[in-house]
Amino acid sequence: MSNNAALKDLIIKMADDELILGHRNSEWTGLGPVMEEDIAFSSMAQDKIGHAWALYRILHEDLGGEHPDRFAFIRSEKAFQSSHLVELPNGEYDFSLMRHFLFDQAETVRYESLQNSSFAPFQLLSKKVKGELKYHTLHADAWIMQLSNAGEESYARMQTALNNTIALAAGIFEASPEHEATLIADKVYPGEKELYHRWQERIYPVLVKSSLNLPDMSTITPVYGGRQGFHTEYLQPLLKEMGEVFNLDTEASW
Amino acid sequence: MYGGGYIFDEPNGKQLREEQQHDEPEKLAAFEERIARGEKIEPGDWMPVEYRRQLIRLIEQHAHSEVIGALPEGTWITRAPGFKRKLALIAKVQDEIGHGQLLYNAAETLGKSREAMINDMLSGKSKYSNVFNYPAETWADVTVIGFLIDAAAIVNQVANAKGSYGPYCRALERICYEESFHLKQGHDAFIELAAGTPAQRDMVQDALNRWWQPIMHFFGPPDKSSQHSEKLMQWKVKMASNDEMRNQFLESYVPKIWELGLTLPDPNLRKNADTGRWEYSDPDWDEFFRVINGGGPCNEERLRVRKWAEEQGRWVRKALMNPGQKRAMPVA
Repeated sequence: MSNNAALKDLIIKMADDELILGHRNSEWTGLGPVMEEDIAFSSMAQDKIGHAWALYRILHEDLGGEHPDRFAFIRSEKAFQSSHLVELPNGEYDFSLMRHFLFDQAETVRYESLQNSSFAPFQLLSKKVKGELKYHTLHADAWIMQLSNAGEESYARMQTALNNTIALAAGIFEASPEHEATLIADKVYPGEKELYHRWQERIYPVLVKSSLNLPDMSTITPVYGGRQGFHTEYLQPLLKEMGEVFNLDTEASW
Repeated sequence: MYGGGYIFDEPNGKQLREEQQHDEPEKLAAFEERIARGEKIEPGDWMPVEYRRQLIRLIEQHAHSEVIGALPEGTWITRAPGFKRKLALIAKVQDEIGHGQLLYNAAETLGKSREAMINDMLSGKSKYSNVFNYPAETWADVTVIGFLIDAAAIVNQVANAKGSYGPYCRALERICYEESFHLKQGHDAFIELAAGTPAQRDMVQDALNRWWQPIMHFFGPPDKSSQHSEKLMQWKVKMASNDEMRNQFLESYVPKIWELGLTLPDPNLRKNADTGRWEYSDPDWDEFFRVINGGGPCNEERLRVRKWAEEQGRWVRKALMNPGQKRAMPVA
């Protein structure tokens, strides 16, 4: 395939986001505000990490990439292409919840678009993932609406969280200048600009129901850089922790 | 996970008034007959005051153990080596929290709210299994916990699942079903290290050495020094004695450990061919009581983390109490 490099680039971006956010979500296990949310975040963490694994396997099996464990657990920070949104520490539940809402809606429009991808492995994966994402977005929408309609403090926290994450979330849709045109021309996916647009259509009704004010999207500056290997200060320590045991002996079986 | 049984009686439990301490003899007799016939007691049924008190204590401690038990392993989720182990560990720890939830629900049927139970845990009034007051220092510790502590918990819980209180038994049945998967994943990860490189074997041997005493402590003090047992056995609150369960655990798991060429740090550990029972050095019971009373290596840390989670989440719980409450609109 002529567009292998472009495909790889897209897969790595998607998979790295899922792995890093899955890692962050998993940090809620045992520490949620109510036990039910502990369980929910930890369940979504498994799905996210599962998606990352599936994508790294496509990379390995269909495009000659490295073994998924080695690719995820040994790679250098610079070689990661995750967005800044997923790298940030969990903070409090309001931030984590808003990130979950904005990311999972973005993930949903992305996978929906991949159902018609010219790249067959994307079609298969998106069918599998669709059912899971339905519950993730149901969960996110319900909590955003619930907490935004539950008194002053809770509302203020939700609005602040939205203000603080919207530009970061817009950074999910950072296109790769050298590959974007190929991927669109080859009908692999509709491109970041189109997904960005679909995503806004998707989040807007939920925010309206929540009485939250979506900042004027024409005035925000999306936080880019992650797709080019420029990361927040939080990624390196996260990767070090993630690989701590694996890197004791990368040849051993764990 | 984890029953880890019958370890503690609230020292500062509320004293009942004189008339509350005595159940009507006819009702008590009918209750005891039902239990003797193997019937389950359900939430609305009459039950002796002491039966209710002991069950709340037991189920609540079990629930706390699940929730606190998620912490030592939970810290390794982010460090688990490879996708397979990472996913299995998250799923496992998530199950433990789910067990806590089931058990709090079961205990609530006896009249104590989840909030009250959690508050009693945070204040130190209500205990959890002692074994979680030890640190999980390396990845090998996670495999030892997943294999042997889950195994020990299963021995305890399978016994309790045959008890007399319906909601607890039903919760335990489901818990045991999930625990058997945990045991498999723990065993699998344990064997991977035991059959691995010399460094991996050293890791797992070191973890075994450190965890052996807490595991021996897990089933509680020896029968000869155990108090309030007889009545609880008759009421089928307590289904097997501490020594009985300990012996059952040793019988099933010591050979599996030895088969892998690993050792256990007790020169007197052996099966007596004549009695068919396992013999072992008495673990340090002073240490056991010291840890229960707050002197273990991780008691403070475990409660600090739980308190942090409770405090951080307070606004969410408060908001949940105000469903549909719109924010106050500014007047002008």
